[in-house]
Amino acid sequence: MILLIILVSFVLGASAFAWPDNRTRPRLLLVGAAIHLAGVVSLWIHPEGPVLSGYLFLDAAGKVVLSTSSVLFVASAIYAQGYLRRRDDRDNRIFVGGLLVLLSAMTTVGVAQHLGVLWVAVELTTLATAPLIYFNHNARSLEAAWKYLLVSSLGIALALLGTFFLALSGAGPGGPKSLLLDDLIRAGPELSRPWVRTAFVFLLVGYGTKMGLAPLHSWKPDAYGEAPGLLGALMAGGITNFAFLSVVRVFQVTRAAGEGAFASDALLALGLLSMALAAVFMAGQRDFKRMLAYSSVEHMGILAVALGLGGTAVGGAFYHVVNNGLSKGVLFLAAGNIHRAYGSKRTDEVRGAIRRLPVSGPLFLAGFLAVTGTPPFSPFWSEFIILNGAFSTGRWVVGAFFLLFLAVIFIGMGATVLHVVQGDDRGTPARPGFGDGWLTAGPPLVLLLLVLALGLWLPRALQGLFAAAAHLVTGA
Amino acid sequence: MILRALFQIGILLLLPPLLLGVVTRVKAIVAGRRGPPLLQGYYDLARLLRKGSVYSRTTTWVFRAGPVVGLAAVATAGTMLPAAGQPAIFSFAGDFVLFAYLLALARFATALAALDTGSAFEGMGAAREVSFASMAEPALFLCLVVLARATGSLSLSGMLGPGLATAWSGAAPALLLSAIALFVVALAENSRIPVDDPGTHLELTMIHEVMVLDHSGPDLAFILYGASIKFFLFGALLVRLVLDPRVQGIWGAEAAFVGGLVGFAVLVGLVESFMARLRLTRVPQMLVGASVLSVFALVLLLR
Amino acid sequence: MRSWTDMAFILVVVLDLFVLASSRLGAAIRAVALQGALLSLLALLLASSGHNMGHVLLVAGGALAIKAILIPWLMFRAIREMAIRREMEPLVGYVPSMILGGVGVVLAFAFSRGLPLPTPEMHPFLVPTALATVWTGLLLVVSRRKAVTQVLGFLVLENGVFVFGLLLTGFMPVMVEAGVLLDLLAAVFVMGIVMFQINREFSSLDTDAMSSLKD
Repeated sequence: MILLIILVSFVLGASAFAWPDNRTRPRLLLVGAAIHLAGVVSLWIHPEGPVLSGYLFLDAAGKVVLSTSSVLFVASAIYAQGYLRRRDDRDNRIFVGGLLVLLSAMTTVGVAQHLGVLWVAVELTTLATAPLIYFNHNARSLEAAWKYLLVSSLGIALALLGTFFLALSGAGPGGPKSLLLDDLIRAGPELSRPWVRTAFVFLLVGYGTKMGLAPLHSWKPDAYGEAPGLLGALMAGGITNFAFLSVVRVFQVTRAAGEGAFASDALLALGLLSMALAAVFMAGQRDFKRMLAYSSVEHMGILAVALGLGGTAVGGAFYHVVNNGLSKGVLFLAAGNIHRAYGSKRTDEVRGAIRRLPVSGPLFLAGFLAVTGTPPFSPFWSEFIILNGAFSTGRWVVGAFFLLFLAVIFIGMGATVLHVVQGDDRGTPARPGFGDGWLTAGPPLVLLLLVLALGLWLPRALQGLFAAAAHLVTGA
Repeated sequence: MILRALFQIGILLLLPPLLLGVVTRVKAIVAGRRGPPLLQGYYDLARLLRKGSVYSRTTTWVFRAGPVVGLAAVATAGTMLPAAGQPAIFSFAGDFVLFAYLLALARFATALAALDTGSAFEGMGAAREVSFASMAEPALFLCLVVLARATGSLSLSGMLGPGLATAWSGAAPALLLSAIALFVVALAENSRIPVDDPGTHLELTMIHEVMVLDHSGPDLAFILYGASIKFFLFGALLVRLVLDPRVQGIWGAEAAFVGGLVGFAVLVGLVESFMARLRLTRVPQMLVGASVLSVFALVLLLR
Repeated sequence: MRSWTDMAFILVVVLDLFVLASSRLGAAIRAVALQGALLSLLALLLASSGHNMGHVLLVAGGALAIKAILIPWLMFRAIREMAIRREMEPLVGYVPSMILGGVGVVLAFAFSRGLPLPTPEMHPFLVPTALATVWTGLLLVVSRRKAVTQVLGFLVLENGVFVFGLLLTGFMPVMVEAGVLLDLLAAVFVMGIVMFQINREFSSLDTDAMSSLKD
C-alpha cells in the first residue's frame, strides 16, 4: 500500500508531462489526490508492516504528517481545478506534473525509515517545486525560484554531509554500520558522540533550511510571496511539515546517543529566534503573501521550540503539525483568491476584501485568527499544550518569550489582515471574472471548518496518535 | 675548506650575469631569433664601468649611495647561502631573517635613490615596486618558515643542509608546495614577467626599470650587477631546496648546483616567453595566492 | 601508493584555492572538472581489499562521468549560449576570498584533530580536505555574483561531501551514493534550466539584477 501510493503519484506525475490536453490535465490532480487519500485511510484501518526490508514504514509520527498533507492535497487539487481553469493562458504541464511528483516525494519522506532515503526524498521535493514557483513567468518569480533553488540545494548538501557524519558515528567497532532509524536508535550509546553532535548541527541546518527556520529562512518570503497561492499552501502546509519530520528523525537518533540536551538547546535557540524574527518582520509588511511566509517561519519556530522542550510539549508539536498544515492551507488559498481578484498583493492597494470576495475575505480573516492561536480554533489548543509543557517543566523564560512573540505577531499580522479585509473596495484595482467560485472558495472553507471542528472536539483516535508520536520521540 | 669557500664566493660573484644571459637567450630562441651572446651581461658591465656618470642637479648623496648599498647588501646576503653539505660563510640561528632583510635593504636603497631624483616616473616605479614587495615578503618568509619547520633548523645552512633529505622523504608535498610558492616570489622579486616586463621601453608599464632610469655609468653597472646577483640568490635557494638532497659528493654537488641554476634560468626564460604580464591589480592576487600555498604547506607540516 | 594519495588530496585543496582566485569562468569550470576527476581517482586509490570492487568501480566511474565530464560540458554549453566569459568583482574580493579559503584550510585541519575517526583511518588528509572543500563551496555560493559561479560553488560543495562519503564506501549501500550522484545531476540540470530563463529575462547572469525582492 505504501509503495502503491508513492508509485501511483509518481506515475501520474510522469503522465501529466505526456498528457496533451491543457484543459483536462488538472483532472489528474484529482485522481492522484483521491487515490492518495484512499491509500492513507486504508493505512489507518489496516496498518502495514515495514516494507523493503525496513526502509519504508509508516509509524505514528509519519502518520500525522502524511494524513495532514493528504487532506491538504485533496483540498488543493479541487482548488486547482478552478484556478487552472482561470489561468488557461498558461501551459500547466509542468505545474500539474510537478505537483504530483511533489506528492510522491512528500509521501516518501513520511514513510522513510532510512536516513538516506529520507534525504533523497527531501531533495526531490526541492527539485520538484523550484520550477513551479516560476509559474507566473515574470522576473520576480524567477528571482524567487533561483533563490529558493540555490538556498535549498545548499541546505540539502549540508544535510547530506550531516547524514554521512551520522553514518560514520555508527561505523566504529560494535556500531550498527547502517542508516536505518531503528538500528541507529537501538545502538544509541555506541555511537561516537562528537560525530553525532556535529552531525546534528549539519542536519539541523540542512533540514532547517527546508523548514524555513531562522536564520535559514531567507528564501521563504520570496518563494511564498511569488508562488501561486496553491503552491504556497502545499509548501507551507506540506513540505515544511515533512522537513520538521526529518528533523524529528534526526532528533530521535541524537537523543538515543545521549546528546539530547545539546540537541534540545539548539532547537530551542533556533525556534525562539524564528519566532522573534517573524515578529519583527511581520510588522509593517507591505505584501500580504510575504506576511504569510513570516507566519510560516513563526510556526516552524513553534514546532522547533516544542520539540526542544520535550515532555508533554512534543505531543503538542504533532498536534500543531496538523493545525499548521490545515490553517496554512486556508490562508494561502484565500490569499491567492484575493491576489487574483485585485491583481495585486500589496497592502496599500488591496482593501475591502470582505465586500468583494464574500467567502475568501472572511476566510482570510478567520484564517488569521486561527493561525495566531485564537480560540476556539484548534491552533489555540496545540499552542496551549506547548506552553503548558514549558511552564510545567519550569522553563519560565522560554514560556514568557513564547507568549510575547505570539502577542507581537498577533498585533503585527492583525494590522495587515484587517487592513486588507476591511474597508471600502472602491478605488482599488480590480480584475473582473476572478471573484469567488465554488472550486476556489470551497476548499479553503472546508479546511477552515476542519480547523474549527478540531478545536471544538479532538477525536480520541487523534489524541492517541499524537501521544504515540510523542512517545517515539521522547521515549516516555 | 678554504678552497671550497673561495669557490663559493667565485660562483657568487662571477656566475650571475651569465644566468641573465641564459634567460635572454631562451626568450630569444622561443621567439625565433638568435639573441645576444650568452656573455653579453659581462660585456655590458665592462662597458658601463668604463663610462663616466652623469648626475642630475636635483640629486644628493643618497642617489650616489643607492647602487653601492644595494650591491653590498645583496652580495653579503649571498654569503649566507650554504654550499652543498657545508655551512655557509656566515651562518647563525635566524640568519634567514637577515637574508630577507638584506634583500629588502637593497630594494630600499634603490627606491630611495629613485625618489631622490624628484622625478614623477621614478617615484611611480618606486611606489609600485615597494607595494608589490610588501606582499612578496610575507610569502618569502612563509616559505622559509616552512623550510625551518620541515628541517627543524633556524639557519639557512641548516635548512638547506643535511636535514633537507630527511625532510623531503617525510614531507615532500609540503616542500613541493613551498617550492612553487618560492618560484612565484622569485618571479615577483626579480621583476620578471608576469609581474614586470624587463624588456619594456614604455615608462608607464615599467616597475623596476623606471626606478633605475636615471642611473648611468658605474652606478648602472652596480645596479645591473646587483639585480643579477639577486636573481642568482633566489635561484640558488630554489635549486638547493629542490636538487640538493639528491646529489652526493662535493664536486658533483657543486656541478649539480651550477647546472640547476642554469636550469632555473631556462625555466624563468620559458615562463617569461609563454606568459603575458599580469594586470597590475592581479599581481597582489598572485602573491597572496603564493602566501596561501605556503600557509597550506605549513598546515600540512604542523598537522 | 601513499604519496600519490597525498598528492591527490593536496591537489584537491589547491584546486579549491584556484577556483576561489580565478575570475575566468572557463578556467574555473576546468578546475572543478579536474577536481571531479581527482575524486574519482581517490575513490579507486582508497579502496582496500575489504571493499566490494564492483561497487568501488561504479562509484569511481559515476563520479568521473558526472563530475568530470557531463556537468562541466553542461556548464560550458551554458556559458557559450549566454556569451559570458568573466566574473565581475565579487562581493568578497579575490584577495579576501583567497585568504578566507586559506583560513578555511587551516580550520579544517584544526577541527579534524578534534574529531576522532571511529573507523580505521583511511587517510589522515581525508576529513580536512572534505571540510576545506565544503567551506570553499559555501564561500563561492555566498560571495559570487554570477549565477554560473554560484552553481560552480555548489558543485565544489558537493565535491567536498563526496570526499567525505569515500570514508563510508565500506558499508554504505550503493543506492545512497548513486542517489547522491543522480541528485547532483538533477540539481545542476534544473539549475541550468533556471539559468537559461534568467539570462533570457534579465539579459545577464548577474544576480545583482535580481534584487528587487526584499523587505
